[in-house]
Amino acid sequence: MSTSPLLELRGINKSFGVVHVLHDVDLAIYPGQVTALVGDNGAGKSTLVKAVAGIYPLDSGEYRFDGKPVEVHGPKDASALGIEVVYQDLALCENLDIVENMFLGREMKTGPVLDETSMESKAREVLASLSVRTVKSVRQSVSSLSGGQRQTVAIAKAALWNSKIVLLDEPTAALGVAQTRQVLDLVRRLADSGVGVLLISHNLTDVFEVADRITALYLGRVAADVATKDVTSRQVVELITTGTSSDLDGAAAPSATA
Amino acid sequence: MTDIITDAEEAGFANDRTQSNTLGEAARAYVNRVRGGDMGALPAILGLLVLFIVFGLANDRFLSALNMANLITQAGAIIVLAMGLVMVLLLGDIDLSAGVTGGASAAVMGLAIADHDLPWGVAVLGALVTGAVIGLVIGLIVAKVGIPSFVVTLAFFLGLQGLLLKLIGDGGSVRVDQEVIKGITKNNVPPTWGWVLAVVVIVVYALLALRSHRLKVSKGLQHQPLAVVVAQIVALAVILLVVTYVLNLNRAPNAGFVIEGIPYVLPLVIALLIAWTMVLGRTAYGRHVYAVGGNPEAARRAGINVDRIRISVFMFGSSMAALSGVIAASNLGKVSTSSGGGNTLLYAVGAAVIGGTSLFGGKGKARDAVIGGLVIATIANGLGLLDQASYINFIVTGGVLLLAASVDAISRRRRSATGL
Repeated sequence: MSTSPLLELRGINKSFGVVHVLHDVDLAIYPGQVTALVGDNGAGKSTLVKAVAGIYPLDSGEYRFDGKPVEVHGPKDASALGIEVVYQDLALCENLDIVENMFLGREMKTGPVLDETSMESKAREVLASLSVRTVKSVRQSVSSLSGGQRQTVAIAKAALWNSKIVLLDEPTAALGVAQTRQVLDLVRRLADSGVGVLLISHNLTDVFEVADRITALYLGRVAADVATKDVTSRQVVELITTGTSSDLDGAAAPSATA
Repeated sequence: MTDIITDAEEAGFANDRTQSNTLGEAARAYVNRVRGGDMGALPAILGLLVLFIVFGLANDRFLSALNMANLITQAGAIIVLAMGLVMVLLLGDIDLSAGVTGGASAAVMGLAIADHDLPWGVAVLGALVTGAVIGLVIGLIVAKVGIPSFVVTLAFFLGLQGLLLKLIGDGGSVRVDQEVIKGITKNNVPPTWGWVLAVVVIVVYALLALRSHRLKVSKGLQHQPLAVVVAQIVALAVILLVVTYVLNLNRAPNAGFVIEGIPYVLPLVIALLIAWTMVLGRTAYGRHVYAVGGNPEAARRAGINVDRIRISVFMFGSSMAALSGVIAASNLGKVSTSSGGGNTLLYAVGAAVIGGTSLFGGKGKARDAVIGGLVIATIANGLGLLDQASYINFIVTGGVLLLAASVDAISRRRRSATGL
């Protein structure tokens, strides 16, 4: 890797009671790159994401941001670092419009009064910078948007806050072909703007299309952390289902040099 | 939600329309919205017009200045109670105890004046605090214990009637004789001041609307055509000036007396309407109320303290109920053991829903309470003039409420079908 990771987890362990979910997991997210997190159901993807987002406290392990160790005790700490999560159920209010949703909870104000003009300008700016062309108007209500458009709004909302890292949980899971296309393009543009993106996905086609690196989880351990160009789809499937890949030498002991 | 994106939608944001250019286009866009199920206050306004025409034709006293003034004082308490309920309904909750909260709070005010000789200001403050405390307790139980508001407020509906009985004593009543309190509904703004008030409201509204329009145009934001803005200003001006003119006529039934001017309750309602419209539409607090009503989970993830919003809304709702109780006591001249009971609450819920507030939460405005309250009061007033038996009044009001709730449910279905 040419650059150093923006966010790095080292030797993360997490248990729920007697269930040891994450075993010595290492994860690195680089600025300007899309890192895909793949793994079967129950491999620990969601737990890892929630650990990054500060929702679950870590049992042991090191949380490094921008090269420095940091303490993350809650979602507020994570968002203070510039980490935004887009959850699978998008957490948008259907009765509010796009601008209102993007600024929800962080409204811009002049005195006690909402500064609608600044918010609308800023929202427009962000959508334009991500080349979002799929919404008719920033003042239409979210209930009128299609699934792909909602995903777009949710991602743009995460990008609005000069976030450094955006975690996307299965952003294309419920989308049709054309909409998946749009969302993947958006993910790419988000990374190209310098944001570190972690993409959780089941869909290997999506992963190979947009990701720079792939981190595969198998039963709570990192099975591989490889550059996308160095692996084939078949090898990744092997990693997901068996935890090893016969013809992928050395990748099973990843980030030893990181 | 359709998964098909049409070409028009696809082309979208690139040339994001910031306005519909002509008045015709704006009108067409509005018709499309209405047909798509986003009716807003339209059904209630049309209903009000129909009621005025029907009652006006059926009885020549209905449109007289005297009756219009009566109508406004009758509507006052309903409207204020409904404004509080709009907030509660916005969260998707209900406050069945709002009516008796008003009764109990008014009893506190009446007793403070009659038994303790306290100044009227202190007495009214006492009523408002009573309301706020009741709302605080309801809100705490709903938010922290997690009992549905329907059940909690049903319990309060029963309990507060007991409190009212205890305060006033079986079958008795407290006379409200204080000049200022009685004056809310019985006294009138001097005609000159009425005109001044009307003109000031119109001018301020016009200046604000034009300034906001210019700002949006200059920053290239989404805005309505200027013609629509001007039409809204003109409509407001016409309504206010006509109402002021009618109420400034001498409406005394006997020659030799002069009764003229706007009843004080009207400026009070307008002030509350402006205040709540600003709070709900222009502040972060209001935005958060809509967010909690639309999707509490999304609001929570956005860092909004959902419990605090819910508790505060019940407090505001019950405080408005207390104010409504004071207005009702002013109109009636007393607080009795049945104050705020009976159909008071149902009329107010009906008013909010008829005005366009959704029972499903997340949709509604302060003005819904005003328009819906006028519809309810007009039905009661008009049927009263026609000397109909009171059973007709109940049946008609019930029918109108059912109609309004159907409009809400059906328009909601259409909205989700057309994706508006």
